[in-house]
Amino acid sequence: MAALAKLKGQPAPAGQPHPANDQGQSTEGSARALLRFITCGSVDDGKSTLIGRILYEAGAVFDDQLSALDSDSRKFGTQGAAPDFALLVDGLSAEREQGITIDVAYRYFSTDARSFIVADTPGHEQYTRNMATGASTADLAIILIDARKGLLPQTRRHSFIVSLVGVRHVVVAVNKMDLVGYDEAVYRQIEQDYRKAVAGLGFASIDFVPVSARDGENVTSLSGLMPWYRGPALLPLLESVVVVAEAEVEAGFALPVQWVNRPDLDFRGFAGTVAQGRLRVGDAVAALPSGRRSTIARILAPSGDVSQAGAGQSVTVTLTDEIDVSRGDVIASLAHAPTAQQELRARLLWTGEAALREGGEFILKLATSTANAQIVRLHHSVDIESYAETPAESLAMNGIGLATLKLDRPLAVLDYARSRELGGFILIDRLSNQTVAFGFVESRTARDKPRSVAEAGAAGRAVLRLVGWRGAQERRAWFEAASWRLASGLFVFAAVALPTGQWALAAALGLGDVALRPLLKGLHARLWARRAPPALYDGAGI
Amino acid sequence: MIQLSHLQKLEAEAIFIIREVVATCEKPVLLYSIGKDSAVLLHLAMKAFYPGKPPFPLLHVDTTWKFRDMIAFRDQTASRLGLDLIVHINEEGVRAGVNPFASGSRLHTDVMKTQGLKQALDKYGFDAAFGGARRDEEKSRAKERVFSLRSGQHRWDPKNQRPEPWRLFNTRKAPGESFRVFPLSNWTEKDVWDYIALENIPVVPLYFAAPRPVVRRNGAWIMRDDERMDLLPGEQLETRMVRFRTLGCYPLTGAVESEAANLTDIIAEMRASRSSEREGRVIDHDGSGSMEQKKQEGYF
Repeated sequence: MAALAKLKGQPAPAGQPHPANDQGQSTEGSARALLRFITCGSVDDGKSTLIGRILYEAGAVFDDQLSALDSDSRKFGTQGAAPDFALLVDGLSAEREQGITIDVAYRYFSTDARSFIVADTPGHEQYTRNMATGASTADLAIILIDARKGLLPQTRRHSFIVSLVGVRHVVVAVNKMDLVGYDEAVYRQIEQDYRKAVAGLGFASIDFVPVSARDGENVTSLSGLMPWYRGPALLPLLESVVVVAEAEVEAGFALPVQWVNRPDLDFRGFAGTVAQGRLRVGDAVAALPSGRRSTIARILAPSGDVSQAGAGQSVTVTLTDEIDVSRGDVIASLAHAPTAQQELRARLLWTGEAALREGGEFILKLATSTANAQIVRLHHSVDIESYAETPAESLAMNGIGLATLKLDRPLAVLDYARSRELGGFILIDRLSNQTVAFGFVESRTARDKPRSVAEAGAAGRAVLRLVGWRGAQERRAWFEAASWRLASGLFVFAAVALPTGQWALAAALGLGDVALRPLLKGLHARLWARRAPPALYDGAGI
Repeated sequence: MIQLSHLQKLEAEAIFIIREVVATCEKPVLLYSIGKDSAVLLHLAMKAFYPGKPPFPLLHVDTTWKFRDMIAFRDQTASRLGLDLIVHINEEGVRAGVNPFASGSRLHTDVMKTQGLKQALDKYGFDAAFGGARRDEEKSRAKERVFSLRSGQHRWDPKNQRPEPWRLFNTRKAPGESFRVFPLSNWTEKDVWDYIALENIPVVPLYFAAPRPVVRRNGAWIMRDDERMDLLPGEQLETRMVRFRTLGCYPLTGAVESEAANLTDIIAEMRASRSSEREGRVIDHDGSGSMEQKKQEGYF
């Protein structure tokens, strides 16, 4: 516990100057100190079994928990009388009964070399949002592949989500090697397939380990059963991974104001966690989005007054001038202030039960700010199997797409690639209060193609409105819509033709209905979209 | 670039969560259970609002069976920090004569703790309650959110929890619904003790080994804290050097034999231990999945 020993030398009286904090204190120093990782894979790939096995082998399972595991294994286990390690992590009764993982479970353990926080995430597509949640704070992802099954659609989906939320390191654990006779050819084929599948996702490292989680082969030590494998076992590999540091931003700090601290008339401080950069007493700052200027007078850290503070620290700052700053504003260095935007382009991971539609209005929460947001355009959806961008009119649950959102007030934002704090957001349904999307701000890049319905040109637009886009996740919905349009056209045709006997007129009206109805629906939706959403106030329980 | 230590990161995360509640909820309260986790939580709350004081009261749901040392420490802490302390006792339960001996641990905990807590939250209309629970304590707690939404009847629905990506908490709720908020979610027992040592946080003396009057009952060392505990035939009161890893109602909390009388020794002992801290809790052994059930019924 070197970190503690070093820290102990620092006195921490609240309210006293704290010179030790002024040196960039490197108490952990190495990038190997703490590793947050997730495990993902398809149903029954053995994720929970693998984590249970790692916890057990790392000595993180206490004796009383082991004895509980023994009795649980007899009751729920799938391994006969042998301990079923999955039961160490599947903590909910429903999970134990069904033998599946529903929700993220966080586990904490350490070895001599490193401490770990692991999020065991569900494999079922239905629970993808829980998987994405686990990934959002992870440094590394273990992707499990069942050696018997090879790559599955879920493997590609998980890999995509992992890359979307910014995880840079992947370890592919090819599990259940015992069930394929520890065959090197099977392993090599999967390695080749996976590399090919994720070539475009931009991971900083991809490692492969053949394992048997159930029997503990290649988990903590190298297995004698797979002499052809030359790499390290899984746990030693995790201990040695060096996490790529996020770009260090020294210039240009940003402090999203979380709460205004006014204990008495003499003190007015702005409390929050520094999102990026380093701030110092005396720095010239701007409050966004208003742009009002001031200078930092004091910085209070948890240890007391300090002269500077950096990303990740929770602080309370005071300014030299009485300017209007409230929750949701961002105090930023004057020289490098992010721009306040009222229109955002962002990737969305849809987590709502009801599908996303253009024109939908939601509450957007980004850092500490809240705004009303309307989805004005859905540019495309991403086919999770081919990673191809496909034009789409809607996103169903677990769908991923690129959209433009219009806000009712400007917010200080950065690209997600530059700042998770100022580039990641959630959308909340105002009636159910459910979180319906994770958002990732993404400015326009050169490779973007104009693919939205609105940008497709007049002729193309008419055709598209008529038949709908064939987004991969929307295939069923598209067929349903198409057959409905056809049926309603036939109905008009029959309704006119049968009483009047004028077949030509009936055909024209029927065809007209097929063509015009979607157009009218589109125009009608636009009309409603113009109505401005009501204003929101901060602190109103939002 | 300022590198934060593991504990500084946990500290910053907890302070962020505490401030987020105050900024977005109308009437928060801190569930103060007097133990080490509550001590850390309270210390963090003091830091979060410095130079002001936490803008919420402390609530202790008193089962009337806590160790006397805990009650003394509780009152002393509230007055030392100058905070409002609400003590709630389920008087119906007291009138009905519910106690851990005659009623059994399960009924006692349900009536005096779970029902008592719900009564207090309803009585004062708190819409957010901080708790010191950690995910590493128990399997169903490992699945708990930081902002855990409870229905108007205080029920937890583990199958339908809101996702919490990054540090973005969806703090919206319908009228009548409330949050249980756990700022120490990502802390481990070791982190808690390391932080207590680092920050010099006062804790109840029962955590430190001392000679105490105990009896062996159902395989655990139970301390006889007052005359309400009758000795069963064959039981003998003896004085042993013991301490407690967790604190609850004294008849339901097993002591461990130990010589660890200071923080350094406690931390060393914890590292060498082969059993979890909740082993001494009688209520946790009421059947596998019992914590989940208690939580669904409104227990913390």
